Amino acid sequence: MDWISRNLPYLMAGISVGGQYALIAIGYTMVYGILRLINFAHGDIFMCAGLIMVYSVTVMPMYLAIPFVLVTTVLIGFLVERVAYKPLRSAPRMSVMISAIGVSYLLQNLALYITGGLAQQYPTIPWISDVITVFGVTTKRVTVITPFLVIFLVVVLVLLIRKTKIGMAMRAASKDFETSALMGIKINSVISTTFIIGSFLAAVGSLLFFSNYTGVTPTVGAMPGLKAFVAAVFGGIGSIPGAVIGAFIIGISENIIKGLGWTTFSDAFTFALLIAVLIWKPTGLFGEAATDKV
Amino acid sequence: MSKKTETIINVLLIGALLLVLFILEKTLPSTHMLFTVLKKGAIYALVAVSMNLLNGFTGLFSLGQAGFMLVGAYTYGVLTIPVAERANVYMYFDGGLIQFALHPIIAIILAGALAGLFAYLIGLPVLRLKSDYLAIATLGFAEIIRAIFQWDKLGPITNGSNLLRSYPSYKSVLFYFVAAGLCIALIVMLINSTYGRAFKAIRDDEVAAEAMGINLAHHKRIAFVISSFFAGVSGALLAMYQTSVQAAMFKSAMTYEILLIVVIGGIGSITGSCISSFLFIILSEWLLRFLDTETYIGDFHVPLLRSGFRKVVFAVLIMIVVLFFRKGIMGTREFSVRGIYNKLTGKKKKAEKGGGANE
Repeated sequence: MDWISRNLPYLMAGISVGGQYALIAIGYTMVYGILRLINFAHGDIFMCAGLIMVYSVTVMPMYLAIPFVLVTTVLIGFLVERVAYKPLRSAPRMSVMISAIGVSYLLQNLALYITGGLAQQYPTIPWISDVITVFGVTTKRVTVITPFLVIFLVVVLVLLIRKTKIGMAMRAASKDFETSALMGIKINSVISTTFIIGSFLAAVGSLLFFSNYTGVTPTVGAMPGLKAFVAAVFGGIGSIPGAVIGAFIIGISENIIKGLGWTTFSDAFTFALLIAVLIWKPTGLFGEAATDKV
Repeated sequence: MSKKTETIINVLLIGALLLVLFILEKTLPSTHMLFTVLKKGAIYALVAVSMNLLNGFTGLFSLGQAGFMLVGAYTYGVLTIPVAERANVYMYFDGGLIQFALHPIIAIILAGALAGLFAYLIGLPVLRLKSDYLAIATLGFAEIIRAIFQWDKLGPITNGSNLLRSYPSYKSVLFYFVAAGLCIALIVMLINSTYGRAFKAIRDDEVAAEAMGINLAHHKRIAFVISSFFAGVSGALLAMYQTSVQAAMFKSAMTYEILLIVVIGGIGSITGSCISSFLFIILSEWLLRFLDTETYIGDFHVPLLRSGFRKVVFAVLIMIVVLFFRKGIMGTREFSVRGIYNKLTGKKKKAEKGGGANE
């Protein structure tokens, strides 16, 4: 019992962080599935969502601020795709990736300008930030809610992709981009929808993430972004359940490593895992057999 | 124009450049902004060219440059801090383990060598990957290197996450130009050799290159190790220029900056990388400084201008280049005396002018 109460906090923190990574990872995996693009700016969109929340609560009540954050983040994701990726649709893949790095650089510097480089205190969202006690461990309610919310959102998303028309279009586009365009699928609206879903989930993730780690800095999105990408690769890029499971595994192992007192290596572990996966099983846990992935 | 005259003109141009720098150094106060910009520009030119060797000439999209610079910077710092200063610098680690100091030049070469060794080891698994997977894996390794160098168990050697300082450094801008110029010249020679041709063949088509008898793994490893060697050297120069160094500054943002310099200069152009590094540094450190200070014209408070605005403007400029001028300044062309000569004689027979000083 003593052992459990000593280690349960790490496990719970791991599950909660894993859930937040999962919400970001879905954005990566969907975009990569369709465009074959590592959207380096995705982590920064997550950061933007945090900053918008910080600033919007100063002018509007909380029940308006949350929908406002979701809408503006979606808008940013949509605009980034339209402005920075769409003009490069026929360009080599590397040009698009460079453009993504450029967007990331732009968003970080914009955030640096707006915040003046100071860490902004994230507002306390009532109810989910309440302190509760689970099995003798005190934690915030968000820690407990996250995994359930993530599973709920993933189920909705999977249903959307399996059952609806736009979902079918997405699956077609990720199988074969050119052919699906020839079959009359409006490829641009499919891609926009992908970015909208991805940004929406990143915004939800940021609401949960910053309730636990309340400092929002311009570079705060970089690390969770990279980790979420690793999670997406680990689970098999293009596969949504894979990304979610990968994210939980990474979140939990990271916190176990922290619990063992190896905090320095908690980030390094993620990348070591990435390299191990890429070398031994480049398709990831649930990836489809690769044709030209590597 | 014969090859001989071309060489002579090149040597004269380089000589003239060094002479101008020498005279400037004698006449202007040593704290002048120009020297800061020139030193940093030379260092960035070297690291940008080393990245171009990988990304532009070999087609390996690597994002590990900041990590190798860190290895170089730390090697230099650790090996050259005078013994008398060590107790002071390593105050949390009882003066550290290493109790000797090497000559700076030897330390710079060792800095490159150690970065190269790291690259060799990292390359063993990583170079099997391609395109964006390679990019992510090298980015990841750069982060791992940073974590390891900040680890406090290694403190007696690396001083943990504390500053390394008090090591010797050359103040003259000439040193940076000669060192960076020499390294860039070596890279140019490599690119013009049979190895360079093999690299370009791999970039253009791996399958065809392999069919022509090029050993892919071997050549990729060579390009990776050499590029990292020079990244290590530039890291050592950067450490020297800054007079203190800390692992925390070698973040992935640094690699992104270098990549963007390469893109602006033109992927696959050495002179393009050099020009854009100087342009990048001059703009960001000097000419666009005014964007960061709040300004009043009469009573009118100029809007937007305050700390950080410079970087926003800069990032927008970069995005414009990335989106609309995808070839960058030079594309894959090179800036050379011969090129200018041919261009001038193509239109007018008489005129023959060297084209400004390019590093």
